Amino acid sequence: MVKYKTFKGIVAPLDKNNIDTDAIIPKQYLKSISRTGFGVNLFDEWRYLDNGQPGQDHSKRKVNTDFILNKKPYNQSSILLAGENFGCGSSREHAAWAIKDFGINAIIAKSFADIFYNNCFKNGILPIALDEKDINTLLIECSKLKEFKMTINLINQVIIYNADDKIHFNIDPYQKNALLKGLDEIGQTLEDKDLIKSFEKNHKNEYPWFFK
Amino acid sequence: MYNMNSKTLYDKIWDSHCVKSNKNGFDLLYIDRHYIHEVTSPQAFEGLRISKRKPWRSSSNFAVPDHNIPTKDRDKGIADPISKIQVDTLEENCDNFDVNKFSMNHPDQGIVHIIGPEQGLTLPGMTIVCGDSHTSTHGAFGTLAFGIGTSEVEHVLATQCLIQKRSKTMLININGQLSNGITAKDLILYIIGKIGTAGGNGYSIEFGGAVIKALSMEGRMTICNMTIEAGARAGLIAVDGKTIEYLRNRNFTPSDTDFDKAVEHWKSLKSDENATFDKVVNIEGGDVQPMVTWGTSPEMVTDINGSIPLEAGKIYPSALQYMGLTPGTKIRDIKLDKIFIGSCTNSRIEDLRAAAEIVKNKRINKSIKLAMVVPGSGPIKRQAENEGLDEIFLSAGFEWRDPGCSMCLAMNADRLNPGERCASTSNRNFEGRQGQGGRTHLVSPAMAAAAAVAGHFTDIESA
Ligand code: SF4
Repeated sequence: MVKYKTFKGIVAPLDKNNIDTDAIIPKQYLKSISRTGFGVNLFDEWRYLDNGQPGQDHSKRKVNTDFILNKKPYNQSSILLAGENFGCGSSREHAAWAIKDFGINAIIAKSFADIFYNNCFKNGILPIALDEKDINTLLIECSKLKEFKMTINLINQVIIYNADDKIHFNIDPYQKNALLKGLDEIGQTLEDKDLIKSFEKNHKNEYPWFFK
Repeated sequence: MYNMNSKTLYDKIWDSHCVKSNKNGFDLLYIDRHYIHEVTSPQAFEGLRISKRKPWRSSSNFAVPDHNIPTKDRDKGIADPISKIQVDTLEENCDNFDVNKFSMNHPDQGIVHIIGPEQGLTLPGMTIVCGDSHTSTHGAFGTLAFGIGTSEVEHVLATQCLIQKRSKTMLININGQLSNGITAKDLILYIIGKIGTAGGNGYSIEFGGAVIKALSMEGRMTICNMTIEAGARAGLIAVDGKTIEYLRNRNFTPSDTDFDKAVEHWKSLKSDENATFDKVVNIEGGDVQPMVTWGTSPEMVTDINGSIPLEAGKIYPSALQYMGLTPGTKIRDIKLDKIFIGSCTNSRIEDLRAAAEIVKNKRINKSIKLAMVVPGSGPIKRQAENEGLDEIFLSAGFEWRDPGCSMCLAMNADRLNPGERCASTSNRNFEGRQGQGGRTHLVSPAMAAAAAVAGHFTDIESA
C-alpha cells in the first residue's frame, strides 16, 4: 500500500447519520471479482436517476444533478464530512474501495461503524472521528464557501482550514503508523510465523475438537 | 465483591486466542474457523495468488455460495452471467486453494450463518470470522464471532490470525419473560429501538437474563445475528444445556469421548459472576410487543399498536419520503405488496413453523403480489417438507423456494421493484436493500405471515 501523505483537498458535506454501506456501494456492484473500478458507482442510487447495472456505460446514465458529488467543485472532493455511524451495515470492503477509487482520502464523521472503520486503514483512507461541536463548526465553514478546502496532516494529527484554524484529532498509534508506512500487514504477521505455529500446537492439544 | 480474576465471556475467549499481545493495544488473535462466501472472497484469493501465499490451515476454512444463487430452477444453472462468474470463481478458488466447500447443488448448501451451526462447524469457545457482518450470529454458541473485510479475509487465509483491538464489553440483561407470541426478532428490534443503531459501536454485547435463558438456540441466533444492527461487531450468549444439546450428533461436532471432553470446556464458557462490563443495560421482557420498522434504519421501529412518530417528519424527512409514509400513520394501516420469509435472521425451522402456524388453512390476501418462503438451508427445507410445512405455505399462496440469501439483499433475481412495500423477516431496511426504490419493513416470521393474510400489518392474534 502507498504511504499516507499530508494533503489538501475539497470537502464535501454529507450531513446525514447512518450512511450505510448499501448506500455507499449498492449490491449489484459486489458481483465484480476485481478490487478496482468501483468509483463511478460510489453512492450509485443517490448519484444517478436510473437503476444502475454492472458493466453499463456510465457516461450514458441519467445523473442526479442535485447530488453533491455531482456538483462542481465537489466532484473533485477528496474529503467527506458526515454524521454519526458512517459505514454501518455490511462488511463489504467494496465500500472502502469505491470511496478510494472516487478519490476520497479522508472521511470526517461523528462516529464510524467498526468494520468499515477497519476497512479504511487497509485501503489508505483516513477515518477521523470528531465530536459534534467540531463537526458542526466544519459544516458551517463549509456552507460559507463555494469551495471549502482543508489540509489533513496525519503525522501531527491535525486538520487545518481557513489558513490557520486547526482541529486536532485522535487516532490509534498502531493504525496511524500502518497508514504512514503503507504496511503490508500479512507480511508483518508472517514474521511471527514461529510464534503462531507454537501457539497453534498448544491450542490443538488443549482443544483437539477445533481441529477436526 | 469485585474480583480481579473475574472475566467476561468475551475476555475468556479473547485471552485463550491471543498469540501475541502488543503494547499498542492490538493483539494477534488466532482464528479457529473461517467461513467464506462468493461475494467478499474473490479479491482475497486473488491477493494470495499475487503474493504466492497459501492458506495456513485448510481444514479451518469452509465456503458456500449463498448471496448470488437462484432460489428456483437451480438445475438450470445461474442465468445472470456476472453472478455466475462470481459463484464459479468461488468454486475454482476452493479447488485451487484446497478449501472445504458446499457447492450450490450440495444437499446441505444454505446461507453461511445458517449452515455453520447446523453442521456443527460452529463450536463454543471458538473464534469465528467471515467476510460478512452477520457473522455475529455464531455468538449464540458462546463463540467470539465477527465480520471482517476482504483484506482481513486474505489475512486469515494466509496467517490463521488477525490483528485486532479488544472491544469494550456491554451486558444486556433481559429480565422477566416475553408475552405470548413475542419472538426473539421482536426482542432484538425492541433493543435496537432502545439503544440505537450506533449504541453498540466499539462494544461486543453479551445477552443474558431469564428471557435469553428461556430462548431456543434458534431464537438466540436471531438475537446475535442482529447485534451488528445495534452497531456491535459481536454478540455473545453463554453456553448452557441447550447449546450442548443442539450440537450433539451434528455432522462436524466431536464424537463420543471427544464430545464429553469438549462439553467440560464448553461449560466454562460464561461470564464469571463478578465480572465487570463497561456498560450494563436492563430490559424488561414483558415490555416487548410485536415490532415493525417504519423507516430506513432498524432503529426506526415501533410496535404493532404504534404509529409513525409525529416528530419523524422533522427528524427523518428523507426516510419518510423514501418509505412513502407520513407521520401519524398507524402501523396497522400500512398495506403490503410483497412478503419475504427468509434470511440468516429468520429462516430456521422454528421460524418456518411459526409462520406456517399463522397461515394454516388461510389464503394470502389478494392484494399481495408475491409471498415467498426461502428456507435457510437444504436440511431445513427437507425438515419443513417432512413436517408438511411446504404444503401449508403453498396452499396459502406462498412460493416455496430453494435456500439462499434471496431477497434479504436482492443480489439474485428476487427483489422489490421501485415503490413496492415488503414485510420482511430479514435484518436491514436500508434504502435499496431489497431492490432499488423498494420499501422494507422488518418483522418476525409470525408478523410477516399475518401481514400476508391481512394484506396489511396486523396483530398475530387477529390474523
Ligand atoms: S441472508 Fe442477508 S444478511 Fe444473511 S448473509 Fe445473506 S445477505 Fe447477509
